[in-house]
Amino acid sequence: MTYDVVINGNTHRVELTKGEKTWVCKVGDTMMEVDAVFTARDVISILLGGKAYEVKRERSLSGETHMIVGSARYSSEVQDPRSLKTRRAKAGTEVGPQKLNAPMPGKIVRILVPEKGAVDLGQGVIVVEAMKMQNELKSPKKGVVVKVLVSEGATVNAGEALVIIE
Amino acid sequence: MFKRILIANRGEIAVRIVRACREMGIESVAVYSDVDRRALHVRKSDYAYHIGPAQASESYLNVEKILDAARRSGAEAIHPGYGFLSENANFARACEQAGFKFVGPSAASMEMMGSKTRARQNMKKAGVPFVPGSEKGLESFEAAERLAEQIGYPVMLKAASGGGGKGMRAVYGRDELRSALDSAQSEAQRAFGDSEVYIEKLIVNPRHIEVPILADEHGNCVYLGERECSVQRRHQKVLEEAPSPIVDPEMRRKMGEVAVRVAKAANYTNAGTVEFLVDADKNFYFLEMNTRLQVEHPVTEIVTGLDLVQLQFRIASGEPLPFKQEDIQIRGHAIECRVYAEDPDNNFFPSPGQITRLISPSGPGIRRDSGMYEGWTVPLEYDPLLAKLIGFGTTRQDAINRLQRALVEYFVGGIKTNIPLFRRILRDEDFRAGHIDTGFLERLLKEPAKVPGPEAEEIRIAAIAAAIFAQAEHKGAVAAAPPAIPGAAPGKNGVSEKSNWKTTGRAESMR
Repeated sequence: MTYDVVINGNTHRVELTKGEKTWVCKVGDTMMEVDAVFTARDVISILLGGKAYEVKRERSLSGETHMIVGSARYSSEVQDPRSLKTRRAKAGTEVGPQKLNAPMPGKIVRILVPEKGAVDLGQGVIVVEAMKMQNELKSPKKGVVVKVLVSEGATVNAGEALVIIE
Repeated sequence: MFKRILIANRGEIAVRIVRACREMGIESVAVYSDVDRRALHVRKSDYAYHIGPAQASESYLNVEKILDAARRSGAEAIHPGYGFLSENANFARACEQAGFKFVGPSAASMEMMGSKTRARQNMKKAGVPFVPGSEKGLESFEAAERLAEQIGYPVMLKAASGGGGKGMRAVYGRDELRSALDSAQSEAQRAFGDSEVYIEKLIVNPRHIEVPILADEHGNCVYLGERECSVQRRHQKVLEEAPSPIVDPEMRRKMGEVAVRVAKAANYTNAGTVEFLVDADKNFYFLEMNTRLQVEHPVTEIVTGLDLVQLQFRIASGEPLPFKQEDIQIRGHAIECRVYAEDPDNNFFPSPGQITRLISPSGPGIRRDSGMYEGWTVPLEYDPLLAKLIGFGTTRQDAINRLQRALVEYFVGGIKTNIPLFRRILRDEDFRAGHIDTGFLERLLKEPAKVPGPEAEEIRIAAIAAAIFAQAEHKGAVAAAPPAIPGAAPGKNGVSEKSNWKTTGRAESMR
C-alpha cells in the first residue's frame, strides 16, 4: 500500500509492504525494516534498528489527527493517492458557502449575527456554551450569513452545522 | 467519628473524599445526576443516590435534593468538596438545621468572608496587610495627588461601584494623574451611574501565593506552609506548587501568622486558604479567604505529610488538632498540573466526549487524583477538570523532571486535553528558574511555541505509524489485532482488545 502522509504540513510518501514479522517501509527514498505491533487501540509500538518508540494516535471530534512520538506531537493526515475522496478534498472549497460547525457538543447561548447579516473574517457569529465556558465561533470568511440552522437555547452535537456563510 | 458521610460533589474531588472515607472506615455516600450514573465517584463509593437531571441547579446545586439524599442514606455529615455548594453559607446552615454536620466552617464565618467590605473591616482590625490605598472615594484631584504621592507610583484608579475592568486606570506617574482621574470618573459615571473613584497601589506582575490553614473547634489553628499559584489563565489556576520558589522560612512564618490571624478573626474552623498578592519586593497583601478545601490541596499534603481530608473529618467530629505549629515541617517539593478537557491548539475550547484510550502515568514521585476512566464520556454540563497530576521530589528541579517524565507517559485519547500545555510550561526557562507571576502564562501563550526541533527520525516514525494505522483500518481488523502471545493465558487484554479493534475498524471503514 502507498500513502501520502502529511506530517506537520509536509507530505511524505510511505510505501508499506507486510513481511513475515515486520513491515518493509519506504519513506521518501529511505528503505527500512520496521517491527510494529498494536498494543492497544490507538497505540503502536515500533522498533527500528533496535530503537524503541511508542506512538499514540490522538483523534479529535473535528477529525484532525496527531501522532505522539515520545513527548512530541505531530499533526498528521493520511491520503490514499488512489482515493477519490482525497483527490476531491485536494481540490479545495475556499470559495462558495461555508458551514460553521459546532466544535463540541453544547448549548447555543447567543446568535450574534442574524440571517442576511454581513460578517467579516474572524468576526464572532454564534456563542456556544459547554462545560461552564462560553465560546464564540468566528466566521471563516468575509461574507453574509445566508442561513442560521439553530435557535438560541438549542442543544447541538459536535460537528453539527450551525450557520452557513456565503 | 462519623459512620457515614455524604459527598455533595462529583468528579475527581468526590473520588478523593471517598478514598479518605475508606481509609478511615467511614462509609461514603455519593450523589449523582442523570449524566453521572457511570461516573467514577459513583463506582467507587459505598452508596449512591440519584439527585436529578444533568443541569447543576437541579442536582449538585440543589440544597433540598442533597439534604433529601442525606436523609435517605442515613449519613451523619456532608462534605461539600470544592465548587458547587462548598462556599454557600445557606447550604452550611441548612445542613446544620437538618441535623447533618457540615464538613467545613460555620455559616457565619463563610458569610463574613463572602462579603468583601465586611471581611476588609474585620481583617483591618486584626492587623492584616492590604494593598495600600484610599478606602473611600477621592474628593478632589489634590487629594488624589497627595495620596498617590504617599502610596508611591504606579497606582490604580478604580470605580467604587465598579467591576469588570470598567472605570479602571493604571497611572505610572504624576503627569498622567489628572487625565486618568477625569476619564476614570466619567467612565464610572457612564457605566455605573456613580463617578466615585478610589486609589490603590498598582502591584505590577504580582504573584499569587496562598496559605492553607487548619483550625479545630477548640481554638487551635495552624498554617501549612504556602502554595505558589501564579501560573493562571484567565484568572483560573493551571499549575500550583509547594513550597513557593521565593518564600524563605522567615517569610513563610510571617505569612502563616497573618493567615492564622485572618482565620481567628473570622472564628474559622476546619480547612481554609488565605490568598495573598505578593509584589516584586516580597511584600504580601491579603486578597481573600477561600472557605473550603482547595483543588490544589495535594501539593500541601505531599510536602507536609498530612491528609487534609482525613483531618477535615477529625475536626468536624470535634477532635482537637493532633499536632502543633512547630510539628509541621515542609519537606521536598510538589507541583500539580490541572488536566482539563480543553483544546490548547484551539483557544482552549472545551472538549467533552468519550475517552477512547487512557494511559496513566505512575512510578516514583507521581500522584494522580483522577475522575476519569477509559470508556467514560466526559459530560458537557460541568467543570472541565478531569484529573490532577502531581509530581514530587527532593527539590523543585526533581519535581519538574518527574512531571516531565510522567507527561510523556500520560495519554488521553478521544478528547483533547491541556496536557501539551504542561509540557510547554515545564520546559520554559522562566518557569524553571522560578520567575513566574500571574501574567506568566498569558505571556508564554502569546509567544510562538518553541517546540524542540523535530528530529528527522521521529518524523519518519510518525509518518510510518500514521500509514500503519491507516492500513489497519483499511483491512478491517486483521492487521490491527495484537498478535497472540504463544503460551500466554488468554487474558482480558488479548481477547477484548481484538474485538474492540474489529468493531472500530469496521465502523470506521464504513464511513
